[in-house]
Amino acid sequence: MTVDMVEVARRIRRDVIQMIAASQSGHPGGALGAAEILSVLYFDKMNHNPKNPDWPARDRFVLSNGHICAALYSALARSGYFPVEELLTFRRLNSRLQGHPSRHDLPGIETAAGPLGQGLSIANGMALGLRLQNVDAKVYCLVGDGEIQEGQFWEAAMTSAHYRLNNLALILSWNGLQIDGAVADVKNMEPIAAKFQAFGWNVVEIDGHDIPQIQQAFEEFSRSHNQPTAIIARTVMGKGVSFMEDKALWHGKAPSRDEAARALQEIGPSSFGEDLDIQFA
Amino acid sequence: MTVASGRDGFGQALVDLGAQNHRVVALTADLAESVRVHWFAEKYPERFFQIGIAEQDMIGTAAGLALTGLIPFATTFAVFAAHRANEQIRLACCYNRANVKIAVSHGGVTVGEDGATHQALEDIAAMRVLPEMTVLVPADAAEARLATIAAAELEGPVYLRLGRTPVPTVTDGTGDFTIGKAKVLRAGRDATVIACGVMVGVALEAADRLSREGISVGVVNMHTIKPLDVEAVVRAAEETGCVVTAEEHSVLGGLGSAVCEALAERAPVPVVRVGTRDTFGESGTPDELLRKYGLTCDAVEAAVKLAVAKKESLSAVHR
Ligand SMILES: Cc1ncc(C[n+]2csc(CCOP(=O)(O)OP(=O)(O)O)c2C)c(N)n1
Ligand SMILES: [Mg+2]
Repeated sequence: MTVDMVEVARRIRRDVIQMIAASQSGHPGGALGAAEILSVLYFDKMNHNPKNPDWPARDRFVLSNGHICAALYSALARSGYFPVEELLTFRRLNSRLQGHPSRHDLPGIETAAGPLGQGLSIANGMALGLRLQNVDAKVYCLVGDGEIQEGQFWEAAMTSAHYRLNNLALILSWNGLQIDGAVADVKNMEPIAAKFQAFGWNVVEIDGHDIPQIQQAFEEFSRSHNQPTAIIARTVMGKGVSFMEDKALWHGKAPSRDEAARALQEIGPSSFGEDLDIQFA
Repeated sequence: MTVASGRDGFGQALVDLGAQNHRVVALTADLAESVRVHWFAEKYPERFFQIGIAEQDMIGTAAGLALTGLIPFATTFAVFAAHRANEQIRLACCYNRANVKIAVSHGGVTVGEDGATHQALEDIAAMRVLPEMTVLVPADAAEARLATIAAAELEGPVYLRLGRTPVPTVTDGTGDFTIGKAKVLRAGRDATVIACGVMVGVALEAADRLSREGISVGVVNMHTIKPLDVEAVVRAAEETGCVVTAEEHSVLGGLGSAVCEALAERAPVPVVRVGTRDTFGESGTPDELLRKYGLTCDAVEAAVKLAVAKKESLSAVHR
């Protein structure tokens, strides 16, 4: 079965808006910005089995910027890890869909995340463990551009390169925004490609909303011989919803019912799957 | 009586574990020899991961290794794990229920000359409050060996606190070691000393001396601080009517606190805590520091006498 990544990404965006509007809490900005990346990972690139989430030879996806988990929950549910209806329990009492991911609650979650800066270390450990056990699987780790101000991230970046983890791809969601404003103002991270090159990484720069470019980047990753690969993906916070786009305000703010209705209108219908059972108009 | 350090017992046990179980791997943050993981590294280089001076990264890496089915032992000094990497331990190991063993040397003032910066006196407290965490504080090298093997067999995160300085071996090292099951080393009538780590040997010596004065003192080796063997604590309180705790750690948040919490709810009796008193340590020889910070046989004896006196004055009131 081939699925249309554009339709999957649209479905993820619709889910994100519906989930966050339903719970009136969550982080739409980064989640909308990761829709294409997650679509390609879960519906094209990754070797995984939703019916057997603990399959030892599966590829692993480590979400480090845990706050954008609404998009991950959507990708997991739409892949078949758990019932799609459960998406509407997001952030509610007794839900398996915690405000930030909990590994032991939900199938498909490889690690808890939320406290920023930890994911790459965990992904490195997985990549080392898979290599040691001769498992030919890959590890993908998504981080935010504000997140990488954390010192631990750079400790981990040195570890990936030192151990020549060519089974590991980092995807940096470079949207230029964090909570208190522009990354460039809060604490500038440029020149970013040069930083990764200096740290010993194979660097690929792409438009994080261009599906062929994302697929191409993963092709380049699979050809890397003795380096970890950093995919610097230019993304737009709030992508697909004009009034959210490129606004730090939407990092962690839920849309009102009105705003949700407008957002869904702008995103447009998706031919991949059905809408969640909640109306805002 | 042989003299050896907890870290030596750990290092040797890890080499044996390496032979028995291919899932056992080890990590360090530039302290391979200091934590005695260099023997494992020499024997099993492919299963050893040097992470450099990056303890937070080491803990996360260990968690990732564990999540692929391995049994990683992450090693550094107590301060750099329990404090520097506290939140990484909380999230990556505990919340994830990752099967990571955090084996640390340099717990307590017996670190010696390196001084306060390197002497962990709050680490048990910091680890004990984390959900899912098991906290082990073996008494000597022989028990460190057993604790290492038991930690590897337990599924879930473990904090294994080891001493740097050689101390007399007071446990037999052969009996069964069950996590969460205290060892009653000696029965008593007048008071019970519940001790962990190097203070177990000190407590035994104090009990010997007090018996010559006609005071009968029980000694319990509480090698597992969490989950605490509450039944053993309650039994000690019921049998002897008062309790002394002894640990090479602050009286805030460690063994003394854990025992008080259990007794306050189950069997309130007078408790006197031996430990450091909300203070940092300093430079000196291990023996000088144990004396200065009241972690001696004399201190335990005095604590027992105080506990017994409190018990007697209470029973006088009730009568
Ligand atoms: C260790 C830590 N510090 C602070 C926070 C609070 N926090 C959550 S998201 C965020 C901003 C992250 O920025 P970025 O990685 O660029 O993500 P984006 O806003 O683009 O989604 C902050 C500061 C946190 N979750 N963890
Ligand atoms: Mg950002």
